[in-house]
Amino acid sequence: MKNKKSGIFATLFFTVISILFVAPIFVVLMNSFKRKAFISLSPFSMPDEKSYAGLENYVTSITKYEFVKAVGWTLFITVLSVIVILVCCSMCAWYITRVKNKLTKLIYLLCVFSMVIPFQMVMFTLSGTADSLHLNTPWGIVIVYLGFGAGLAVFMFCGFVKSIPIEIEEAAMIDGCNPIKTFFSVVLPIMKPTYISVGILEAMWIWNDFLLPYLVLDIKKFKTISIVVQYMKGSYGRVDMGAIMACLIMAIIPVIVFYLSCQKYIIKGVAAGAVKG
Amino acid sequence: MEKSIKRYWPVFILPTMAAFMIGFVVPFLEGIYLSFCDFTTIKDASFVGLENYAKAISDKTFTHAFSFTTVFAIVTLVLINVLAFAVALALTQKIKGTNIFRTVFFMPNLIGGIVLGYVWQLIFDGILGKFDLALKLNAKFGFWGLVILICWQQIGYMMIVYIAGLQAIPGSLNEAAMIDGANARQRLFKITIPMMMPSITICTFLTITNSFKLFDQNLSLTSGEPMHQTEMMALNIYDTFYGHVGFEGVGQAKAVIFFIIVVAIGLIQLRATRDKEVQQ
Repeated sequence: MKNKKSGIFATLFFTVISILFVAPIFVVLMNSFKRKAFISLSPFSMPDEKSYAGLENYVTSITKYEFVKAVGWTLFITVLSVIVILVCCSMCAWYITRVKNKLTKLIYLLCVFSMVIPFQMVMFTLSGTADSLHLNTPWGIVIVYLGFGAGLAVFMFCGFVKSIPIEIEEAAMIDGCNPIKTFFSVVLPIMKPTYISVGILEAMWIWNDFLLPYLVLDIKKFKTISIVVQYMKGSYGRVDMGAIMACLIMAIIPVIVFYLSCQKYIIKGVAAGAVKG
Repeated sequence: MEKSIKRYWPVFILPTMAAFMIGFVVPFLEGIYLSFCDFTTIKDASFVGLENYAKAISDKTFTHAFSFTTVFAIVTLVLINVLAFAVALALTQKIKGTNIFRTVFFMPNLIGGIVLGYVWQLIFDGILGKFDLALKLNAKFGFWGLVILICWQQIGYMMIVYIAGLQAIPGSLNEAAMIDGANARQRLFKITIPMMMPSITICTFLTITNSFKLFDQNLSLTSGEPMHQTEMMALNIYDTFYGHVGFEGVGQAKAVIFFIIVVAIGLIQLRATRDKEVQQ
């Protein structure tokens, strides 16, 4: 009896906390329908007849600040980079675990080392290198992401490859598969759960990244979501609060939809990723 | 088998290694070299020895950023881990709706730092505005604002890791302790926490390094105002590079110091908590 009561109390308690947790996003949602003058004046009141702006803020941010284009580029960069990272790093991780020599050991250590390095250490020189190699486009930045994201991916894949019994691969080789075929038809299917974990961690990072694309991309032509938001807020002169609210909402909604639809994989991926880390 | 794989190195490791060179190794080595040079672009560097380091250390904003970051890292380390652990403990009990609560608590983690910063700026300035105060005018508000933001963002993530750890503890251990007459508190401190040390190692490591590397949220929430007082190390370095012409060398020297601090703290922390891990 006592247990049941405390259970109800706990559910109530966590319900209140959950509501507080999502409240900030609702406040922004509310404000995205208000006219800009009313946002800083009374951010916590519902839009009323005087302050209601309809979809005006959304229209401004799409037409004036090209927000849809930014979503497109962010999606393009994230999807392409994640695919490239998954394919290249899993191959690399398999190779350096199966071939044991000093070089592969060095590669592994370098990858682990690169995971803890703060981006500020390389930001100036990296943006210089990327510029001189003409990597300042959404296509080129994929190579930069592969290079800077390789550490985590190779490390996690290595952890998994070590647990695959080598006999399976040997059997495939004896049956006449070359290493490339062995990798793609035997190793890759076994590693599917690791692909999902690594893919999710890298996607979360690249989608939300601000400084790397800001410094590497030619931002006159290509902007990502974070860059547009920062640009709107950071531009001197008049800051259009209404358009910013609309942008924040449009930046948050795709993430939440994606999260709710792949929640199971995301939570599993994060837990698995952290245990390996 | 090893021999036949070895011949295929151009397919397996060349693409990743080439990108790794461009994206990490070359910029890293170049960065170390440039920290001893005076330069405005990579090509006009001239060697000046330790001058940049001397300037970096005597820069008051940098030392302030260091102490600000350290205090911030300690506060968030304690808050995030205690709260996330408590929530994980509660949500692995038989309570209705645990799945929904987990979903909600994890959600802020997926939203980008820049976006989060502006969401909270609206909230904080809305509250403070009622008392004629503002976030960017008082460093205390900036500090606690950042703490709240980071807790809000990271508790869910750490909670997931702790839940995974809790679920991996064999139930027989707790049952045996219960039969031996251990109360809930004894079970928590003598069984659950020692068994959770691997998860605690990971979470404390992640929270400390995340706090030290924090940039996006700092830039968007306070951008260091008032007067660099809420500036953390990463933002201070960024500001030195791109805010003042002619200080690129100093910025790079600061970046090297920053990198050494992050690596050192990571290593010390791992050693400290790894020692406390128990064999199953």
